[in-house]
Amino acid sequence: MSVYSDFLREYLVVALFGLLAFATVGAFVGLASLIRPDRPTPAKLENYESGVDPVGDGWSQSQIRYYIFALLFVMFDVEAVFIFPWAVGLDQFGWFGLIEMVIFIFILALGLAYAWRKDVLRWV
Amino acid sequence: MMLAWIWSDWPWTLDTVVRLIFAIVVVLLPAGVTVYLYLFKMVSFMQSRLGPMEAGPYGSMQLLAEVGKNLQKEDIFPAKADRTIFALAPYVVLMSTFLLAVVIPFGPQATFVNLDTGVFFALAVSSVSVVGVIMAGWASASKYSLLGGLRAAGQLIAYELPLILAVVGVVIQAGTLNLQGIVTAQTQGEIFGFGGLGHPFILTQFIGFFIFLVAVQAELTQVPFDMPIAESELVSGYMTEYSGFRFLMFFIAEFATANIFAFLGATLFLGGWQVPPFVHDLLGVDANWQYFNLIGPGVMLFKMLVLTFVVYWVRFTFPRFREDQLQKFAWKFLIPLSLVNIAITGVLKVAFS
Repeated sequence: MSVYSDFLREYLVVALFGLLAFATVGAFVGLASLIRPDRPTPAKLENYESGVDPVGDGWSQSQIRYYIFALLFVMFDVEAVFIFPWAVGLDQFGWFGLIEMVIFIFILALGLAYAWRKDVLRWV
Repeated sequence: MMLAWIWSDWPWTLDTVVRLIFAIVVVLLPAGVTVYLYLFKMVSFMQSRLGPMEAGPYGSMQLLAEVGKNLQKEDIFPAKADRTIFALAPYVVLMSTFLLAVVIPFGPQATFVNLDTGVFFALAVSSVSVVGVIMAGWASASKYSLLGGLRAAGQLIAYELPLILAVVGVVIQAGTLNLQGIVTAQTQGEIFGFGGLGHPFILTQFIGFFIFLVAVQAELTQVPFDMPIAESELVSGYMTEYSGFRFLMFFIAEFATANIFAFLGATLFLGGWQVPPFVHDLLGVDANWQYFNLIGPGVMLFKMLVLTFVVYWVRFTFPRFREDQLQKFAWKFLIPLSLVNIAITGVLKVAFS
């Protein structure tokens, strides 16, 4: 067996864990379906809105702020990905790597400061 | 073809089956323990009441009663709901929990999978639960659920960043992404030349530990960060329309994830499954003594209970944040603080190595 195969097997076990979660929920829900009652009525299937009849559609429009925060998140998350390999190899990089990364983090912080200054970090 | 492979490598197949059985134990058993110990009993004593007393001695069978009750409840799908996604959401949320458990080491050989990029993998799959939460919130076609799901998404992505950046400090100190390697690094470390306690990273990464705990609290949507499921405003948010066992699955996933995050925190900051090195000298064994495979899970359970105690202590002590305060706290305090933490850790690491 090659090393490559061991690597793939590790991730095969990871995939099996994911399937195991599906199997666990499936087993419990399946067990429940054997003993639970099933008597739907129109009133029971209505959406919950504090006891009164629901008004309009459940899928309402949402605010733009979620979109801006999601964009900010994507940017910072991608940059966090760059920080990890650097953190692992810092011993070898020494001062050179450190100064490089301090500049990188400074630019990152500058971006945050810009967003802050532009007032997009305010949840209105 | 798949079947042929299973038969051709029989020891590996058996090994994997044992791992999967232990995975169910690791996810479900501690969840039951903490729900009884902390959610039922500790909060009751904090609030000057007794909690469940009828089912079994000191109400310890209450959990089984709850499971039995939820098994018998009708599984209601709202008429307007998107049925497939509605049904799938609890699966996705629990899948995130199981995938998180994969990388946690419990002893020198007692690991599920010893991934080289363990920390990275754990942080990546922890955000899969967001997908499940949004699926639940959207598919319910209810205003409470949609608002809860969106709030959860906003909150989980805001606190994902401090969580990731807080862990970077530990990675810098340990010099590896492998969780087993991080445990070893903590055992071999010294505090001013004294190696008896090893070097649990909580001592030098206390800022990172603080950020990690706050971010975990928010990722779990526990009070004071429970706006997505605020029962007094949103009636459980994305779980509003769920009933019966599907609801219980969200519940189980929440508490199981709390435990797995506590396991992860124990591994990263409290020395993991290792006992302090002076115990090695007392017993006259080395750090990879085979019986640590048995002792390790007990050590991890103890450390996990300490960390989850903090989580529930905070949960039952503080009032809820407001939505804008929550975002402000993440973006204007925790993220700058964790960036500073990374820079300082890097400088000290290079200066002292």
